[in-house]
Amino acid sequence: MRKLLLYITILVTGIVFLARLFYLQVVNDSFAVRSQDNAIEVVYDYPQRGYISDRNGKLMVSNQPSYDVMAIPRNLKPFDTTEFCEILSIEPEELGRRLDKAKIYSPILPSVIIPQLTKAEYAYLQEKMRKYEGFYIQKRSLRDYQVDHSANVLGYIAQVNQKKVNEDPYYISGDLIGRSGVEKVYEELLRGEKGVKYIQKDRFNRDIGPYKDGIYDTLPTKGKDISITIDAELQAYGEKLMQNKRGGIVAIEPGSGEILSLVTAPNYDPALLVGRKRSPNYTRLYYDSIAQPLYDRGLLAEYPPGSPFKVLTGLIALQEGVVDTEDTFSCHNGFSYGRGRRMGCHPHSSPLGLVPGISSSCNTYFAQVYRKTIEKYPSPQEGMDAWNNHLQSFGLGQFMGNDLSTGRPGKIPNADYYNKIYNYPTYKWYASATLSNAIGQGEVLMTPIQLANMTAIIANRGWYYTPHILKKIEGEPIKEEKFTVKKNTTIDRKHYDPVVEGMHQVYTNGTARRLQVPGIEIAGKTGTAENFTKINGKRTQLTDHSIFVAFAPVDNPKIALAVFVENGYWGSRYAGKIASLMVEKYIKKEITRTDLEDWILNHSLEDEYAKPLSGEPFIINQ
Amino acid sequence: MTKSSTGFDWITILIYILLVGFGWINIYSASLGTNDPTDFFNMNVPYGRQALFISLSVVLIILLLSIEAKFYQRFSSIIYSLSLLSLVGLFIFGSTIAGQTAWYQIGPISIQPSEFAKAATALAVAKYLSGIQTNIRDFKHQLKVFLIIALPMLLVLLQPDAGSAMVYFSFAFALYREGLHFVYLLLGFFAASIFVATLAFGPLWVICSILLIAALVYLKNLKRKPNLIKYLFFASVAVGFSLSVNYVFENIFKQHHRDRFNIVLGKEVDSRGIGYNTNQSEIAIGSGGLFGKGWTEGTQTKGHFVPEQHTDYIFSTVGEEWGFMGSTFILGLFVLLMLRLLYLAERQKSTFSRVYGYGVIGILFMHFLVNIGMVIGIFPTVGIPLPFLSYGGSGLWAFTTLLFIFIKLDSQRISF
Repeated sequence: MRKLLLYITILVTGIVFLARLFYLQVVNDSFAVRSQDNAIEVVYDYPQRGYISDRNGKLMVSNQPSYDVMAIPRNLKPFDTTEFCEILSIEPEELGRRLDKAKIYSPILPSVIIPQLTKAEYAYLQEKMRKYEGFYIQKRSLRDYQVDHSANVLGYIAQVNQKKVNEDPYYISGDLIGRSGVEKVYEELLRGEKGVKYIQKDRFNRDIGPYKDGIYDTLPTKGKDISITIDAELQAYGEKLMQNKRGGIVAIEPGSGEILSLVTAPNYDPALLVGRKRSPNYTRLYYDSIAQPLYDRGLLAEYPPGSPFKVLTGLIALQEGVVDTEDTFSCHNGFSYGRGRRMGCHPHSSPLGLVPGISSSCNTYFAQVYRKTIEKYPSPQEGMDAWNNHLQSFGLGQFMGNDLSTGRPGKIPNADYYNKIYNYPTYKWYASATLSNAIGQGEVLMTPIQLANMTAIIANRGWYYTPHILKKIEGEPIKEEKFTVKKNTTIDRKHYDPVVEGMHQVYTNGTARRLQVPGIEIAGKTGTAENFTKINGKRTQLTDHSIFVAFAPVDNPKIALAVFVENGYWGSRYAGKIASLMVEKYIKKEITRTDLEDWILNHSLEDEYAKPLSGEPFIINQ
Repeated sequence: MTKSSTGFDWITILIYILLVGFGWINIYSASLGTNDPTDFFNMNVPYGRQALFISLSVVLIILLLSIEAKFYQRFSSIIYSLSLLSLVGLFIFGSTIAGQTAWYQIGPISIQPSEFAKAATALAVAKYLSGIQTNIRDFKHQLKVFLIIALPMLLVLLQPDAGSAMVYFSFAFALYREGLHFVYLLLGFFAASIFVATLAFGPLWVICSILLIAALVYLKNLKRKPNLIKYLFFASVAVGFSLSVNYVFENIFKQHHRDRFNIVLGKEVDSRGIGYNTNQSEIAIGSGGLFGKGWTEGTQTKGHFVPEQHTDYIFSTVGEEWGFMGSTFILGLFVLLMLRLLYLAERQKSTFSRVYGYGVIGILFMHFLVNIGMVIGIFPTVGIPLPFLSYGGSGLWAFTTLLFIFIKLDSQRISF
C-alpha cells in the first residue's frame, strides 16, 4: 500500500493532464481562432469594381476612389479629439459611440469609423494621419454614375451587413456589397477578388514579417466589366415619359429575351445612393410610403392584366379546339350567365369572331370561349388545370428564373385554388364562377415583366427566352443555358397568326387606331383594369389602370413591351401612347408623333394620386 | 551485477537525453527571433547558452558518476549544511532579479542555489531516515526530519520564492513510504481541500458542509457511543482553518496572489491583465491542434505572446508546434521517467538509496504537476521550471545532479 500511493498519484496526474490537453488541442477549436486573431494580421487590398455598360457599349457605371477612416481599437492611443472631429465634421459623442461599437465588434480587427470621405477631407486628413495612432485610411472604390436614370436596374452598393458577414467568409465588416439590381445579382462578377496579406505580429502588435513567407498571400483581381441588355437611350426616354405618373414599362427584344428597358416610376437618380449621403437619402426614399420610389413596379407590382390577357384566352381556346377562327358570338353590350349575372361590354359590331374580338376587345367573345375551354373537360377542376397548364408555359404564375434581383410570381389560379375557396366538395363550382379570368380580371395577377414576356412570346409566335439583363462579361456574350435555350409554349405556332392579326388590327382599326406610327407596323392590345384601395377600412374603387402591350414590327419583331400606368384610365389614354412612343424611339431613333409626346409630357397624374389621400369624396374615371 | 557492464540504468539515461534534447529544440524555436538560425552556440540568445549548459552537463554527469556512491551518503550532512549556508549567504551577497534575491552573480554566470538545495535536502532526509536509531513513527524523530525539510524551505520562502518552497512538500511521499502515519497525509489533503473550497465557494458554505458531515458521521456511529468532544474538536479545528484561510487570503495575501487563485478557480477572467499568461499559454497550446504547427512555425511562439516561454512556459511551445502528439510524448516521457525511478527506488537494498530515490521522484513530480498544471491552465501561476526542458543553467544542472546521483546509487545497489 505504501508503495502504491506515489505510483497512483503519478498516473492520475498524467491522465488528468492528458485529458486537459485533449480538450485544449483536439476538442475545443476556439483557441486556433484566437491564435489567428492575435498572431496574424490580415490586410486586404481592394480591387476595382467592374464597370457596367449598356447594350450599345455606352458606359453607365464606373468608379471613383473613396477613402474610409478605419480604426483598430487595440492600437488606439490618446489623440486630439477636438481636431480630429473638426477635420471630419463629426460630433465627439458620435465618434465615441462609433469607437465603442468598433471595440465591441473586435478590439483587434479594423472597423470603419468614418466611411467615404470627400476628396477635400481626405487630402487634409492625410497630412495629419500620423498623429492618430490606431487609425488608418482604407482606399476603396465607390460607384460613379454616368447616367441619371436606371437606378432600379443598376441597384446600389453599400456596406455589408453583419448577417452577411457571418454567412459569407469573403466579407468582413466595412466591405461594400451590391444590395439591389445588377449590383446585387452580379456581385460576384463585379466585385472581383480582394487581395490578402497575412502578416505575423508579435505581442506588441509589431509586424515581424509575412506569415509563412507569404505563401498564403494573394493579389487582388479586378472585377469583371459587364454589359447589360438595357438600351440606355430607350430607358432614359421611358423614364422621361413616365414622369409625374406611376407604373412601369418593360421592353424585351423578343428574339433574344434581352430586357431593353425596365422603367419604374417614380424613380430616383442613382447618384443619390453614393457615399456618405447614401444613408439619409436612402432613408428618405425608403420612407416615402406613398410614391414608393424604391419599389420596382416593373418587377414587383402584381396587377390584374385586364384585356391583354384576352389574347391568351383566345390562344388556349384555339389550341383546345373548342373554337376556330371562323366561329362568331353575338354580343349586345354584354353577356348574361349564371343566375342573373352579367358581364358588361362596350358597343361594337356583332356578331364577331376572334380577330375582330381582339381588335375591339369584346368581353363576351372571350367569356364564351373561356367557358367552352373549361367545359370541354368532364369536370371544371380538370378544365381549370388544363387552362393553368397552358399559362404556366408562358411563364405566368411563377418566378421566371430571370437574373433580376427581385420579382413576384403573379397568380394564375388552378383547380385547388377554387376548391379551397368554394369549399369543394361540400359546394361545387363551375366555369361560370371563374369567368372573370377570361378577360384578365378575376383571380389572375401578372407583373409588367410577365406581361411584356407574354407579348414577346406572341411576337415570336410561340417561344421565348427567359428575359434577362446580362449581355456580356468582359465583352464575351453570355452562354448561360437558362438564357440561351428556347422555351416553347403549349400552343401550336399556327394559332398565333390569327391572334397576331387581331392585335395588328388593334392598331389599324381597333382600340389603338389613333396611336399608329407612320412606317412601323405595330401589333398591340389595350387594357383597362379596375382597382381598389382601402380608405379608412372601406373598399373604394379608384380610377382604372391604363395598360398596353405591343410589339413591332409585326413581321419581324424587334421590341415587345408592356406599359402600365396606375390610374391612367383606359388603355390607349396613357399606356398606349407611351407604348407607341417607345416603339418609335427604339426602331426609328426619332419621334415623329410629337403630338403624342407632347400630350404625355404635359399630362400629370399627380392629381389622380392625391385623390384617395385628400380625405374628401372624389370622382373616378373622368 | 546482472545488468549492463557499467551498471547504469540506461532507460533513465535515455529518457533524460530525450527530454533535454527535446527541451533544447523547443528553446531554440521559442528564442530564435531574427537570429542566424545556423548559429547554435550564439551566446546572446537563450538557445545558444542552453547548448553550452547542456555541454557542461555532460562534464557534470561524468563527474557525478565517477564519484563513489558511499561519498554521497557520507558527506550528505556536509553537502546539506553547505547548501543551507549558500541560501543564507544570498541575503548578504545575492543579487535581486525580478524581486527575488535568489542569485549569485559571478562574472557573466549567475547561479541559483535554491535549485541545488532540493538535491541536498533529499540527501539529508535520506541520510537521517536511514540512520539505525531513526524511527519515523516516533514523534521526536518526525520533528527532526520536518526540521531538515523546513529549514531550506523557509530560506527559499524568504527570497521570496513560494514556488520553489512548495516543492519541499513533496518529501511527504518519501516519509510516507518510510512509515509516516497516513493521518499526516490525510490532514494535508483535508487542509488543501478546505483551502481550495474556501476560496472557491466562500467560508460560509465550507463551514456548513463541515458541520453537516461531522453531524452525519456522529449520528452514523451513535451506537458505538462516540466521543462528542472529539468530534466537536475536529469540526471546530476545520472551521477555524477555513476561517483563517479566508482571513489570510483576504488580508495577508497580496492582490496578485489572490488574482492567480481566482483565475484558476474561474472567478475572474481577465485575459489582458493578470490572466494574460495563462490565457496566451492556452491559446498557444490549443491552437496546436492534433499535430501542431511544425517546428519554428508556431505563430504564438514567433510572436512571443506567451511571456517566459523559453523558461517556465516552454511546454506551451511544445503544445503549439508539436500539437497533441508532441505534448503527449513529453507527458509520456515524464510519467515513464517517474515510474522507472519508482521501480529503481523499490529495488534498492539500502534505505538511504530508497529514500533518496523517493525524494528525487517527489521533487520531479512536484515540478511536473505545478509547471504543466500552470501552463495548461488548471493550476495557479507559480513560477517553477519544467525539469530538463526549461531554459536555465542552474535548473538543468541541479536536476541533472539530482538524477545522476540516484543513477550512481542504483548502479552500486549490490555492493552499497
